[in-house]
Amino acid sequence: MKEPVVSIKNICKAYQKGSETIPVIHDITFDIIDGDFLSLMGPSGSGKTTLLNLIAGIDKPDCGEIIVSGINITRLSESELSRWRAINVGFIFQFYNLIPVLTAFENVELPLLLSPLSKSQRREHVISALRVVDLLDRIDHKPKELSGGQQQRVAIARAIVTDPAIIVADEPTGDLDRKSATDVLNLMTRLNDEFGKTIIMVTHDMRAAKRAKTIKYLDKGYLNDSPANTDL
Amino acid sequence: MTHLLILIYRNLFRHKLRTFLTILAVAVAILSFGILRTVIDVWYLGVEVASANRLVTRNAISLIFSLPVSYREKIMSVDGVKSVSYGNWFGGIYIDEKNFFPNFAIEPKGYLGLYPELVLNEKEKIDFFKDRKSAIVGEKLAKRFGWKIGDTVTLKGTIFQGNWDFTIRGIYKGRDKNTDETIFFFHWDYLNEMVKKTMPTYADQTGFFVIGIKDASRAGEISQNIDSIFKNSLAETITETEKAFNMGFVAMTEAIVVVIELVSYIVIFIIMAVSANTMAMTVRERSNEYAVFKTLGFRTIHLLGLIFGESFLITMSGCLLGIALSFPIADLFSASLSEFFPVFNISMQTILFDVVGGCLIALTAAVFPSIKAINTDIANGLRKLI
Ligand SMILES: Nc1ncnc2c1ncn2[C@@H]1O[C@H](COP(=O)(O)OP(=O)(O)O)[C@@H](O)[C@H]1O
Ligand SMILES: [Mg+2]
Repeated sequence: MKEPVVSIKNICKAYQKGSETIPVIHDITFDIIDGDFLSLMGPSGSGKTTLLNLIAGIDKPDCGEIIVSGINITRLSESELSRWRAINVGFIFQFYNLIPVLTAFENVELPLLLSPLSKSQRREHVISALRVVDLLDRIDHKPKELSGGQQQRVAIARAIVTDPAIIVADEPTGDLDRKSATDVLNLMTRLNDEFGKTIIMVTHDMRAAKRAKTIKYLDKGYLNDSPANTDL
Repeated sequence: MTHLLILIYRNLFRHKLRTFLTILAVAVAILSFGILRTVIDVWYLGVEVASANRLVTRNAISLIFSLPVSYREKIMSVDGVKSVSYGNWFGGIYIDEKNFFPNFAIEPKGYLGLYPELVLNEKEKIDFFKDRKSAIVGEKLAKRFGWKIGDTVTLKGTIFQGNWDFTIRGIYKGRDKNTDETIFFFHWDYLNEMVKKTMPTYADQTGFFVIGIKDASRAGEISQNIDSIFKNSLAETITETEKAFNMGFVAMTEAIVVVIELVSYIVIFIIMAVSANTMAMTVRERSNEYAVFKTLGFRTIHLLGLIFGESFLITMSGCLLGIALSFPIADLFSASLSEFFPVFNISMQTILFDVVGGCLIALTAAVFPSIKAINTDIANGLRKLI
C-alpha cells in the first residue's frame, strides 16, 4: 500500500446565502495515495469544485482537517497557504485562465517569479515545460492567438513548471473539442505515468474519467465509490 | 519587479480608448487646476512682491482723499525713516477704455530709489529725470502698444480732465519675473503744475506717500509715530506696510478668490470620482485574473502593485501632460489678458500642487478597487461571482 499524499478527515463546508445556510460538503473522509490519478465525478452543483478547492488550499473547510504531505493545510494562515500553494500545487482550470496580456512563455514563467530562480534557470524550466506540452513553436503567442486546446496545454505547462507534487484540474476538457480533449488527457496521463504526479481531476465526462486510476462520485455533498442511481 | 512593470504597461493597452480618455481627463483637470491656482497667485501678487521695508501712508478717511505734499518733510523726520516719496493715481485712458493699464504721477527720484525692482538703464533714468513732461513705462506695456523711446503718448484724464501728452523716455524691466511691467509713471510735478492752473484747490496734494525704513521689524512702531504727527490735523493719516496696503485691495475681491479656490478643488474632486470609477471598472473586469494570481501564490503586495501601479501610471501621465500644457496656456493668458493679469507665471508651488493633486487622484482611484480585489476570496474570484 502506498502512502497517502492527501488525507482528508471529516471535512464539511457550507455557504451562506443571505440568511440561509447551504451545506455543500457533508463530513467527507478519504485518502489520496501518492501517484494516484483521481477522477471526481458528479452532477452539476454536487460540490466537486468546492472539494477540489479545499484540497488545493484555495478555500477553507468549516470543519475537519486536510493533511497534504504531512502538513495540515487547514491550520495555515492566508499567506502561509499562499506560499504552500505556489510550491506544492499545480492548477488547471476549465477556461484555461491564462493572463491575456502575457505570451505563452510569460504565462508559464509566472509561478516561477515567486521562486528564487535566476532568469536563465527560469527560462530553462519554462522551455522544458513547454516542450512537455509540445508548444515550443508557440512561445511568443498571446492566449488570443492560440486555440482552446493550445491554451489548455499552456495552462498545463504553467501547472507543472514549478514541479509540484499535486496537480488539480477542474473540468480541464470541459471547454474543448474531442481532439483537443484527447490531447490534454494524454498529457495528463503522461504526467501521472511518466512524472509520477498525483492528479485530482474534476470532470463531467465519462471518457475523461476513464483515464483515471480511481473514480469517486460526489452526490449532494456525499462521496461514494460508485455512482448514485442517476444516469451518469 | 520588471515583470510587474511589463504587466502594468501592457494592461494599459487593453482598453486603449479608455486609457487615453482617462489620461486626457486628468490632464484637463490638472491644467484647469494649475491655471486657477495661478489666477489666485497672481491675485495676491501685489501682496507677495511687496517689500517689508516699505510703508504706505494715505488719508485716514479713504484713498480717494489726498494728503498735502508738505507732509513729506514731517514724515522724513520720524526716527527710522530712510527715505520718502509720493505718488498719485492718475486714472488716464489711452485712446479707449478697454486699453486699461495703471498710471501714476510720481516724484521720480525718490520713487525709483524706493523701487529697485524697476530696472532702468542710467541714460534713460537721467533722461526721465530731466524731462518734466516725460514718462517711463514697463516693457510689457511698451510691447503691447508698440511704444518706443521718444514716442509721444496721449492719455485722456478722467480724474484730471483734458488730454495729457507724454514723451516716453524710458522702458523699465522687472528685476524679478513677478515684477509688474505694465505700469505707466510720469512726473507728479507736471500734474501739479496743470492742477494749479485748472483746479487750484487741489494743488500740492498727493494720494499716498511711500516710505523706506531701515529696519522692517520696527514697521509697526514707525507707522504709529507717523500717524500720531498728523493726529487732529485736517488730513489724518493711516500708515501701514506695503503688504497690508496691497492686501486692502485684494480684500475687496476676496469673495471671487474664494470661489476660484473652491472651483479648483472641485475640479480635482470630480476627476478623483471619474478616475476611481474607471479604476473600479478595470479591476472588476480583471477579478478573475487577480484570483488566478492569488491561486498561483501571488500575495496582496503584488496585487496592490498592479492596481496602484496602473492608477499611478495613468494619472501621472495625465498630470505631466496637464503641467506641460499649462505653460503655453499661461502664455496665452498672459498675452491676451495682460490688462487683468499683468504677470501670469506658473509658480513652482503650483506645479508642486499639481503633482500632489495627481498623486491624490491616483491614490483615491486605486484604494477602493484594491480593497475589493484583496478581499475577494479566490474561490469566488475564480467562479466570477463578483
Ligand atoms: N460562494 C458561494 N456562495 C454560495 N453558494 C455557493 C458558492 N460557491 C458554490 N456554491 C454552491 O455550492 C454548490 C456546489 O458548488 P460547486 O462546488 O461549484 O459544484 P460543482 O463543481 O459540482 O458544480 C452549488 O449549489 C453552488 O451554487
Ligand atoms: Mg464545478
